[in-house]
Amino acid sequence: MWSRRLAVIAGGVALVLASFAWAGPRAAFLVAIGLGFGLVLEGLRFGFAGPWRMIVTERDARGLVAQLLAIGATAALALPLLAAAPGELSGAHAPVGFGMILGAFVFGMAMQVVLGCGSGTLVNAGSGNMVGLVALIGFIAGSFAGTLHLDFWTGLGSLPVITLQGALGDTGGLALTLAALALVGYAAIRRAAPGKRLPPLRLWVAAGLIAALALLNLVVAGQPWGIVYGLGLWGAKVAQAGGADLAATAFWASAGNAERLSASILTDVTSLTNIGLIAGAFLAMRWRRAPDAPPAALTMPSWAAVLLAGLVLGYTARMAFGCNVGAFFSGISTGSLHGWVWFAAAFGGSMIGLNLRPVLLVARQPVPAGGVA
Amino acid sequence: MSAPTVPSRPRVGLVALLLVAAILAVDALRSDPVDPFTVPAPAALGSGQAPGGAHCAGG
Repeated sequence: MWSRRLAVIAGGVALVLASFAWAGPRAAFLVAIGLGFGLVLEGLRFGFAGPWRMIVTERDARGLVAQLLAIGATAALALPLLAAAPGELSGAHAPVGFGMILGAFVFGMAMQVVLGCGSGTLVNAGSGNMVGLVALIGFIAGSFAGTLHLDFWTGLGSLPVITLQGALGDTGGLALTLAALALVGYAAIRRAAPGKRLPPLRLWVAAGLIAALALLNLVVAGQPWGIVYGLGLWGAKVAQAGGADLAATAFWASAGNAERLSASILTDVTSLTNIGLIAGAFLAMRWRRAPDAPPAALTMPSWAAVLLAGLVLGYTARMAFGCNVGAFFSGISTGSLHGWVWFAAAFGGSMIGLNLRPVLLVARQPVPAGGVA
Repeated sequence: MSAPTVPSRPRVGLVALLLVAAILAVDALRSDPVDPFTVPAPAALGSGQAPGGAHCAGG
């Protein structure tokens, strides 16, 4: 076991050093931060989709409260940092609109089908969950497809970008953010069953580490933690390699995106943390004395449903200007109103998705020994 | 009776890493290589440069 754990450590160090050699110190830092996210999310079982299910079905608020703690801790430092260095750092700020709200709602449904959100899909794939791997392939394709139609969805109508600090000043914006997080936490705790109200020590530690990593991400990358842009870029790279002419599309023809498309993936900040996150989840899984049992095999229609749900996750995350990370976590922690609207819409969709999962995901029946599977 | 199973977690996790490696390989064949003399400062904060990365919140 110790030789395997030494190999795990060596693998993580080698990945960071290789990133440094190929793309410089910032790339190495971002891969290391992504590794940290993967290790914490998988190693300490910190998630987003699962706690949203638990608060509804089990009256268990512990995971959701841990999410709110992580967002609050991040906001407490991120908002002052953004105010102090507006020329070097930017927040996850996006407009609220019809397409954005619809996207968040459907994203919430789909994430309960595969039991994985943006970060969760990467973690599940890296930690060896076949459902996560199939969903990841769909997610990459979907987030690329979403870029092709983004102008249509934004054209349905949207407000200007609104931030709490823009409306109330830096101090007022931070105070309202923390107060709103506390209010949601209070409501969750009120709903929870006795013994399921406050997070255990493991989740307190995880929330603190996630907040620290999110702040490091902001300081190093100049922007908050995100997932979806990188996956859409990966899909665009594959499409381009297959002969697609993306210069004719509005999204990829814009100056910033065209630059990302022609440059190496190793210069894209969200791609770098995504790579680290998948690798970190893999290393956390290999660190364990024995990996968890693989999930049950599904029927072929159910695997198709997983792929489709992944596709929907990616597409709707693009419509909604982010997933649970880019919109919910980073949007709220940097004061964007769209993060709060995303939360409300996705939570509503999640409650419907809870009922879809048992219908869409059906395990294959046991077969007699010697029979044909 | 035996329950149908999927491949083990280490094997599936390895396939996920290979998927990422394949995307990086496709990218390396087509994209401009990273110029080591023009890489950004180690951290954006204190660099004096505007953030140049793309984010999901952007259009």
